[in-house]
Amino acid sequence: MSKQILLKNAQLASGEVTDILVAGDRIVEVATAITAPSETEVLDCTGLVALPGFVDLHTHLREPGFEQSETVLTGTQAAAMGGYTAVHAMANTMPVADTAGVVEQIAGLGIEAGYADVYPIGAVTVGLEGKQMAELGAMANSKAKVRVFSDDGKCVHDPVLMRRALEYVKAFGGVIAQHAQDPRLTEGAQMNEGKVSAELGLTGWPSVAEESIIARDVLLAEHVDSRVHICHLSTRGSVEIVKWAKARGIRVTAEVTPHHLILDDELVRSYDAVYKVNPPLRTQDDVLALREALIDGTIDIIGTDHAPHPIEAKDCEWNAAAFGMLGLETAASIAQLVLIESGKSDWNRLVEVLATKPAQIAGDAENGQPIAVGSIANITVIDPKANRTVVAESASRSINNPYVGMQLPGRVIHTIYRGYQTVKNGELASRGRGRND
Amino acid sequence: MTKHLLSAGDLSREQAIEILDIAEGMSNVNDREIKKLPTLRGKTVVNLFFEDSTRTRISFEVAEKRLSADVINFSAKGSSVSKGESLKDTAQTLEAIGADAVVIRHSASGAANVLAHSNWIQGSIINAGDGTHEHPTQALLDAFTMRKRIHGAQSPGKALDGVKVAIVGDILHSRVARSNQLLLSTLGAEVHFVAPPTLLPQNASGFKAALHYNLDEMLATEKPDVVMMLRLQAERMNASYFPTEREYARIWGFNAGRLGALKDSAIVMHPGPMNRGLEIDAVTADSPRSTVLEQVTNGVSIRMAVLYSLLSGERSADV
Ligand SMILES: [Zn+2]
Repeated sequence: MSKQILLKNAQLASGEVTDILVAGDRIVEVATAITAPSETEVLDCTGLVALPGFVDLHTHLREPGFEQSETVLTGTQAAAMGGYTAVHAMANTMPVADTAGVVEQIAGLGIEAGYADVYPIGAVTVGLEGKQMAELGAMANSKAKVRVFSDDGKCVHDPVLMRRALEYVKAFGGVIAQHAQDPRLTEGAQMNEGKVSAELGLTGWPSVAEESIIARDVLLAEHVDSRVHICHLSTRGSVEIVKWAKARGIRVTAEVTPHHLILDDELVRSYDAVYKVNPPLRTQDDVLALREALIDGTIDIIGTDHAPHPIEAKDCEWNAAAFGMLGLETAASIAQLVLIESGKSDWNRLVEVLATKPAQIAGDAENGQPIAVGSIANITVIDPKANRTVVAESASRSINNPYVGMQLPGRVIHTIYRGYQTVKNGELASRGRGRND
Repeated sequence: MTKHLLSAGDLSREQAIEILDIAEGMSNVNDREIKKLPTLRGKTVVNLFFEDSTRTRISFEVAEKRLSADVINFSAKGSSVSKGESLKDTAQTLEAIGADAVVIRHSASGAANVLAHSNWIQGSIINAGDGTHEHPTQALLDAFTMRKRIHGAQSPGKALDGVKVAIVGDILHSRVARSNQLLLSTLGAEVHFVAPPTLLPQNASGFKAALHYNLDEMLATEKPDVVMMLRLQAERMNASYFPTEREYARIWGFNAGRLGALKDSAIVMHPGPMNRGLEIDAVTADSPRSTVLEQVTNGVSIRMAVLYSLLSGERSADV
């Protein structure tokens, strides 16, 4: 058992200031002026905000197969530094996470690392090839208990396959997370299609390639009465379609990445491949629409799409560079910027988009629990008044971080993962939570 | 002058006119019996071509040699360019060799910018065509050719104020069109793009050019001083940009009939190599209105002027 931890004078999302006592992997007391029992680590949280540990529904951990970019260990260390206690690992590894064997291996690596819960996402189709459905049932029934399925990186483009997948996962309460990208409309695409792509002579990735797939998929979800999750919405049009679908009662949930909330396609003028990402950075108008949608609930969650790449995949000409950017260690700051610093929303909403809702979508009852007696002790403590300049140094194995040099609000001070402190005073614990912690 | 020439948009009006004026001087050198200046003696210029372009490479090479530079031709085509490492590795190799300038042609838009802003190499970078982005020395030689046709011996010091230039063809994929609209507008010319809607960008609002679909209507209403026909690349033929080559030639190609519709002083340009019978017919290509061969000749003078401006040491402070 881990020793007891007492958080003194922490502010909850509601604004209430309280003490929180953690014993073992549980929250055992929430009250003002708790006296520390013996053998208790006391953390002064005056001026700090304590929130349920964050859950990322969209992480690329790269292991197995691309360990030069990231491993389950380094990826979950970055997650802990960002305040996360659970991550969902996308299936585009090598081998692809399309069998029970691979998903169990990834889940096992997560337990071994001990920095966060690792939930493997299963591939929808064999090898992400979009041709034949993978053994979704076997993955669901495996020790990894997969509930989220995605070909992320690629779109499940075949409408019949998408329909069948949406239907099939109803058997075990699963959800399909769609990377919405019409492949024919985005052949050779390099960046958002618009004014900037025209000037830069880079092949455009039109909004309609995303929106047409979302429109199709919400209608399919309605037709077969299933649930669909849309990964990384990036356009105003996508927001409007999701809004329409929700009003119609369709069971759709939507995600936005931190980078689509603050970066736009003007940055591509530098031809710096750190800004190359899929879906691409869009216009400032899209950024504003995504922010509003996150605030008003049209968009349900922030998913980082943390996508580590080795230096050589970015230190080259734009066309040759890989798509993707880091996100785990900066997501909470960006959420704070958009929801809190803007004055347009509050900490309750931040908890919803970073913790409660992603856990709910994934059917994960063990994360996103409230800070209350009896809850699993997954707690993130943030200094909301901190102002930090993002640096390249990171717990991640990669450095494709587009925010380096930017000023962002907030800093993760402590992360408590199932009662174990993975981050203490902004420093990563030298080892993860063991089976006996 | 700036240290690099990456985009035609990097040049101010004064800088552009200065290069055109220097090129006038260079063209006099090119008319002499001994076509050589000692200006770049001891300087090493590398022609780094990741994409085949014998014409552009030869033009630069002649320019470099006439300025007495040491010339290295580095053809990187066929190496593992798709891996992306090769631009960096090659650049670092050239830096180790001690290149004072690198003339780069690359199939990726922005490759010259990446090279210039990396810390891989210290020398001047001259963009000799990057993907579908820019080709600034082509725009300079085009402007030079126009100025000479319009102003003749009075050219030095002049810009292109009020000149109407129609650029016709595959605007979407044309680095020539992109560089020309930037430079020509800087020089006071009025640019018109004419293309089938499929070969215009979906959002061309950033272009300093008016857009047209109908070539005949544009010729009738705008009465351009210059018509520039763009080369139609073979890879566009079967990608649904237009139904057939025959239909394209009929609607957007330049031919004897359209030549007759031009005002007497108007000229027809083409960056070469031409697809005769497709975007331009033989009558037009071989008519006295055509400047195709002058463009080739002027290309050498312009490239000498650019090299001179960037490397001669007489340039004003870096911008
Ligand atoms: Zn994706």
